[in-house]
Amino acid sequence: MNTYLDHNASTPLDERVLDEMMPYLRAHHGNPSSVYREGRIARQAIETARQQVAQFVNAHPSQVVFTSGGTEANNLALKGLVVAPRCVAVSAVEHASVLAPAQQSAIEACQLVRIEVDNDGLITEETMSRALASSPELVSIMLANNETGVIQDVAHWAEMVASTGALFHTDAVQAAGKMEIDFSSLGVQLLSLSSHKLYGPKGVGALVLDKRIELTAQMLGGGQEAGYRSGTENVAAIVGFGKAAELASLELQSRCSSALALKQKLLRRLSEVEAVIVFSGQAECLPNTVFLAVPGIDGETLLMEMDRAGIAVSSGSACDSQKSGVSHTLLAMGVDEELARCAVRVSIGKDNTDQDIDVFMSAMVQQIKALQENTMLAWA
Amino acid sequence: MAYSEKLMDHYENPRNVGSMDKKDTSVGTGMVGAPACGDVMKLQIKVNEEGVIEDARFKTYGCGSAIASSSLLTEWVKGKTLEEASEIKNSQIADELALPPVKVHCSVLAEDAIKAAIDDFKSKQTAESDA
Amino acid sequence: MEIVKNMKLPIYLDYSATTPADSRVAEKMAACMTIDGDFGNPASRSHVFGWKSDELVSEARQHVAALIGADPKEIVWTSGATESDNLAIKGAAHFYQRKGKHIITCKTEHKAVLDTCRQLEREGFEVTYLDPEESGLIDIAKLEAAMRDDTVLVSIMHVNNEIGVIQDIASIGTLCRSRGIIFHVDAAQSAGKVDMDLANLDVDLMSFSAHKIYGPKGVGALYVQRKPRVRIEAQMHGGGHERGMRSGTLAVHQIVGMGEAFRIAKEEMAEENARILALRNRLWEGLKDMEEVYLNGDAEHHVAGNLNVSFNFVEGESLIMALKDIAVSSGSACTSASLEPSYVLRAIGRNDELAHSSIRFSIGRFTTEEEVDYTIQLVKNKVAKLRDLSPLWEMYLDGIDLDSVQWAAH
Repeated sequence: MNTYLDHNASTPLDERVLDEMMPYLRAHHGNPSSVYREGRIARQAIETARQQVAQFVNAHPSQVVFTSGGTEANNLALKGLVVAPRCVAVSAVEHASVLAPAQQSAIEACQLVRIEVDNDGLITEETMSRALASSPELVSIMLANNETGVIQDVAHWAEMVASTGALFHTDAVQAAGKMEIDFSSLGVQLLSLSSHKLYGPKGVGALVLDKRIELTAQMLGGGQEAGYRSGTENVAAIVGFGKAAELASLELQSRCSSALALKQKLLRRLSEVEAVIVFSGQAECLPNTVFLAVPGIDGETLLMEMDRAGIAVSSGSACDSQKSGVSHTLLAMGVDEELARCAVRVSIGKDNTDQDIDVFMSAMVQQIKALQENTMLAWA
Repeated sequence: MAYSEKLMDHYENPRNVGSMDKKDTSVGTGMVGAPACGDVMKLQIKVNEEGVIEDARFKTYGCGSAIASSSLLTEWVKGKTLEEASEIKNSQIADELALPPVKVHCSVLAEDAIKAAIDDFKSKQTAESDA
Repeated sequence: MEIVKNMKLPIYLDYSATTPADSRVAEKMAACMTIDGDFGNPASRSHVFGWKSDELVSEARQHVAALIGADPKEIVWTSGATESDNLAIKGAAHFYQRKGKHIITCKTEHKAVLDTCRQLEREGFEVTYLDPEESGLIDIAKLEAAMRDDTVLVSIMHVNNEIGVIQDIASIGTLCRSRGIIFHVDAAQSAGKVDMDLANLDVDLMSFSAHKIYGPKGVGALYVQRKPRVRIEAQMHGGGHERGMRSGTLAVHQIVGMGEAFRIAKEEMAEENARILALRNRLWEGLKDMEEVYLNGDAEHHVAGNLNVSFNFVEGESLIMALKDIAVSSGSACTSASLEPSYVLRAIGRNDELAHSSIRFSIGRFTTEEEVDYTIQLVKNKVAKLRDLSPLWEMYLDGIDLDSVQWAAH
């Protein structure tokens, strides 16, 4: 039996979500743009899901545009503004799907400003003021970081940015389902969501937007999603996303408290192990994420050993791990490269148990010991 | 697009389908629309000496909403004076059938058709009295 | 009308709009979604959950490649054919714009191609929209005549979604290759229906969809040729998935579904095509003796499942309403919410009346002979009923030439 502790990379689909989805793969297979009954059933299902997702983040259904995932939502937000911003400010710890389109815009003649973070990964008054001095017209700051789990005070920053007249986008992909999200009270104009991080299917996400913002579609064609996003709707996945969002709202409190209990247990046990460093320990974090390192033990090596023991954890963002690079989040926090190479992310899910933490810890202690001995042998 | 029961009823059981002799001086014919636009409505009224519409007939090439609009219109104009009939507004037809916004033009066409039929009848009368 | 016992209504005859997922596909998909299944993120390099998903993705890539005669490395996953078309056209146009800024496409392409070309026009590209012949086919000589020194891209669909005609992509490809022009083909409607072997075709980029061949909605692919190598600029930026051409977490269950759909298609295509063609012929035989019916699109270069017919003097939308026991469309699903007549039929020279009165029947895997027979009877009855209602039919019977009538425009 494997122990899965990499929920920030992806979550298993909830059975209840799958049950909602299955009929839309088979019996109700219509194209939502068709006018006959099958088409209307599919259209109706999409609108129900839109309401569920809207409710989940306290937005109006008309503000929800379904996309193929968080990456597309982030790309649409960063590249879609009708009046292209002359300057864009993004935090140094954003996900690749925000950083890359921002860099792409920079190539196409827009100024790109980096909002720096402190040692805990938090944006500060000072770094924000410095970024705002360049008068950005679009600011993008994630709600919660995928690697450290650090929560930024987006409502505060959004208020500050609003006073300059700039637009604000927040990538809420990791935050969703792990903390309360209120689109209206956050004061942002654009917010990205992904379904597979909250026990929904992969391949679907949404951009929630203030409809006063003029966005041009990045994908052109049949004019679906009120013209914001062409392409036959991924009906079953959208239905699944809606259900997953509904369940996430209903069960938010219990999921958070059970994750937090496991996290606290994990932190307690880790504190008993010599030399373990927990990143962003002082900042407000998601209840499920622990980003740690054991100095001198390469993170990738540790992961491979853990995997052999049947435990799935990661060294950071799944999207970066293909390049086997070092976490850019940690580097931005001023962590030196050598220590950053030792990073291991544990992300807890709703179905993890006390026992999973025990299994993880005993394997961890064992591996650390073994690897430290190896290192000593090598020195000898 | 979901249609109202009333609309479906008029579409499935259209009232007063048919044609009258358009050369008859007591008959007014209104033909509006164009095949290129996807709608052609032909509405005919038979008017008695008191100026009351005794009978009405229609034929329509067009979508279900256009067919239902013209069918409903024939029911409404029967027994009305020309003046009363000319006061029928497209919005009344659209409300009665609960036409979706993209189909409101069908009710406009129906209003145009009754106006055209009345005009045709009146011009025939003028021509006759001139003769 | 006599209803065949046990026949489920409405009858689905809109397989070109979308298809139900094959039950084998649905099963495979369900198996990789939950905690007991292979739900991992294929980009996760550090654990077995990620590796297993990655393996499934590779397997699916092989199935897709096998059906179309490509190398698995030439397949880039997307969220559907619309994204593939956008990525291919914008991606190639942007990459090669220093060579030239002229693009050629055809007026009967899908909106995903046409609207993308319009966007490129706004960015300063020039686009030539070819008129097809009355058959719906492209005259290669006219295509050649439209080519210029600064032409960088030709985008022509393989099978048309409305009228089902098959373009000669082999010849078009050869011509493009000889002139050094990138050739993109929208094959959303042809994969699994028309034999193709990309190893022997001069096609640089080809778009695919899963939900047109019994796979799930929300997934597609773009074939990007490796030899000679074709370059495209990514349109979606992020983690650098799909060799940098398309970022975003891979939707494993969708991809697995698409792979299974393509695998089944390869196995069953020959037999299925023969069966579907027989049903299509049966349908046309049943309808063609009615007065004033017209077959749209070339009869010979034609995909098996599509039958597009114009019923003169009957308006298409009212006919669809009358035919509510069968699910058909009056054109592409993506445009059927609008009131415009089919732009495809207009482009092949059909007049407005015929363009307005067309019905697209598309037959597929689960269509039966009984369903076709029922459809024939239903269409005959309803067309007769609507013609009784039609002032145009009356005029036609009176021998009036409709073109000579002065219509009151509105």
